Amino acid sequence: MTLDTVKRAQDTPEERQPYAELGMKTDEYERVREILGRRPTSSELAIYSVMWSEHCSYKSSKVHLRQFGTKAPASEALLVGMGENAGVVDVGDGWAATFKIESHNHPSYVEPHQGAATGVGGIVRDIMSMGARPIAVMDALRFGAADAHDTRRVLPGVVEGISHYGNCLGLPNIGGEVVFDPCYIGNPLVNALCVGLLRKDQIKLATAPGPGNKVVLFGALTGPDGIGGASVLASATFEDESQAKRPSVQVGDPFMEKLLIECCLELYQADVVVGIQDLGAAGVSCATTELAAKGTGGMDVRLDLVPLRDPSLRPEEILMSESQERMMAVVTPDDIDAFMAICARWDIPATVIGEVTDGGRLVMTWHGETIVDIPPGTAADEGPVYERPFHEPAGQAALNADGPSRLPRPEDLRATLLRLLGSPNLASKEWVTSQYDRYVRGNTVLAQPADAGVLRISEVMPGAEETTRGIALSTDGNGRYARLDPYAGAQLALAEAYRNVAVTGATPLAVTNCLNFGSPEDPEVMWQFAEATRGLADACKALGVPVTGGNVSFYNQTGSTAIHPTPVVGVLGVIDDVAKRVRSGFTAPDQKVLLLGETEEEFGGSEWAHVAHGHLGGLPPKADLEAERALALVLTEAASRGLLTGSHDLSDGGLAIALAESVIAQGVGATVTLPEDDAFVSLFSESSSRALVTVAPESFEAIAELCAANEVPCQCIGRTGGEALVVENVLEIPVAELRETHTATLPAIFG
Amino acid sequence: MARVIVDVMLKPEILDAQGQAIARALPRLGFSGVSAVRQGKRFEVEIDGPADEAALAEVRKMAETLLANTVIEDYTVTAES
Repeated sequence: MTLDTVKRAQDTPEERQPYAELGMKTDEYERVREILGRRPTSSELAIYSVMWSEHCSYKSSKVHLRQFGTKAPASEALLVGMGENAGVVDVGDGWAATFKIESHNHPSYVEPHQGAATGVGGIVRDIMSMGARPIAVMDALRFGAADAHDTRRVLPGVVEGISHYGNCLGLPNIGGEVVFDPCYIGNPLVNALCVGLLRKDQIKLATAPGPGNKVVLFGALTGPDGIGGASVLASATFEDESQAKRPSVQVGDPFMEKLLIECCLELYQADVVVGIQDLGAAGVSCATTELAAKGTGGMDVRLDLVPLRDPSLRPEEILMSESQERMMAVVTPDDIDAFMAICARWDIPATVIGEVTDGGRLVMTWHGETIVDIPPGTAADEGPVYERPFHEPAGQAALNADGPSRLPRPEDLRATLLRLLGSPNLASKEWVTSQYDRYVRGNTVLAQPADAGVLRISEVMPGAEETTRGIALSTDGNGRYARLDPYAGAQLALAEAYRNVAVTGATPLAVTNCLNFGSPEDPEVMWQFAEATRGLADACKALGVPVTGGNVSFYNQTGSTAIHPTPVVGVLGVIDDVAKRVRSGFTAPDQKVLLLGETEEEFGGSEWAHVAHGHLGGLPPKADLEAERALALVLTEAASRGLLTGSHDLSDGGLAIALAESVIAQGVGATVTLPEDDAFVSLFSESSSRALVTVAPESFEAIAELCAANEVPCQCIGRTGGEALVVENVLEIPVAELRETHTATLPAIFG
Repeated sequence: MARVIVDVMLKPEILDAQGQAIARALPRLGFSGVSAVRQGKRFEVEIDGPADEAALAEVRKMAETLLANTVIEDYTVTAES
């Protein structure tokens, strides 16, 4: 095979190039030719095709994502916002937290174990590249119907992959979600979140300033992993003709990643890194163009110096390889020996492959011949931007008109409660979460099944202050709500994650999101995306929590059938004293049970409509963000004053499920009287901005006053104690029966 | 009774983290001259009848569906002589 050099490209302007096979449109290819003033070499084509893919360039979503910046609320806590590898938030006492959620949907469908495992590895490296020590992960998962044949292949593989990688790395998995819906069959969603800690004066950025500085590639060797994965796997469906070019799956090595984490932390501590970036999708292409574009503008790279696992790799393949566990750093010549010595100590291969220049060009050579010569910004930042057309889906109005009011209401509320409690979406996720290590590192204060994961900040980090603080994290999303109304659905996802953080006693500070949708080329899907981003941006503004980063996953569809629009939202909060965190559910007898918030008759998209009638129609519950903010204020204030002995948010399945889960949590029963006349509405409506709390009888006055001051409705509905959940005049279910129903479902399906 | 051997190896382009770990450990233990190691799995399948073409085809099906993950692994089926 002849080497396609820049000179050859100039000499053979008419040579046909496989841009379409690489997922590039004709006008995009023409634009590359225009930028370069000649045809691209095959290596340049490789770079542009991956960098301009939907996955890397956000070309369809950019115009909508801008709202997260333009509508961002002022936040003193935000240290690094969107655009870097991950956002960074000030958590006090000199500490900062960095967190991000990212999708690994398509690879997890092709090879569930490796796909999910490398999803964890990828997000962990994003967190490392900010200068932080990764301290925990969580995963938001969505699968087809629980009893579907393919779900039995995908779910166990995904869970195994996550637990394998996370457990080997020694990172606790503190929460997340597992949701089943037939719309995700063939398109499972695997969204991985990682959170890290660092000193706030030690943030690292992806930049390559200073001509003469060395460019170092370190970590695993480069092999033919997931070649074309970024553009082919993530940017188009893998049916039909693309089946033939299905790229090899990436395989991760968590032990290498663990070494990389420790090696990076030592490099940061020795202060021998000017800029750093992880290698994810689009590997060397992405790292070199992005580092160069954000630095002094130029970089010379000798591609033949990249250490290879498979010596037969061509330069184009090296550029596109997605081999895992690799990082790229920019190091001054004075520090290079120290840098290499630290890598050697950790047994991490490290190679100088190039140098920063001020020429404004990214130049790559292969055994002395120039094969790439481009302005790096044109690949990294100035990719195509599409204002894709969108319109409301046909049938949306009919869907919204087909409300749940026509559905027959149940007579037997006891049976309804048990049926919901044992349905796959509401059943205990213990079967999944027990495969994850929740407590490794010893800083986990709360983890699944608590509303949010809570971690103590007690890292040993030189120069760091001791602190009593902790951080809380939750992810939420509801595809059915978003299908009915993407604007409200995205707001409800944020509201629930925000509420989940607040019920632990933490103050919500910042947001990350993973936006999972069908094809952006479908105007109806694009409408869902536009509405969801608009809703989320407005809600972030109303709640005062900025979006710090995240990712967009398009093309989650089979044929022309897209998944429900599924914005998954992660919220990070801070609690000043982790000892004051509020435990989940009913924790002691003889406590007053209070219901905070207003209950309306809201059943559109509810679990009851889904489980009892397989119905999806009407409108989702109202997203009342003012009420949500007031509720969070009450919860965090009450927690800091030590008033709360337990808490739980109300969401899917309404009060009935919240009561049942609260009782199951510690095996403490309760007797309650429903506040509304209609027991069914009281128990199963899914109105948002509500929570259950328990208080000692002597604290009741204080919390009632606090609620009144913040205009949060507060009703005492009963008392904890006994061995059963008793709803006066409605039902009585022993704790053991609730627990049995709750925990039996997933093991029965997955073994 | 016959014995059929199924050898399962990661495809050549797939990263073999265990093989690499072994290759790194060998020099530390004093073994020199090894440039690479790849690790695989071997199954010995006892069948009731003779290892004829039909039986081998059946074992191939087993390999395809259970013994190997054909997304990332190759397998070979041989009758033990």
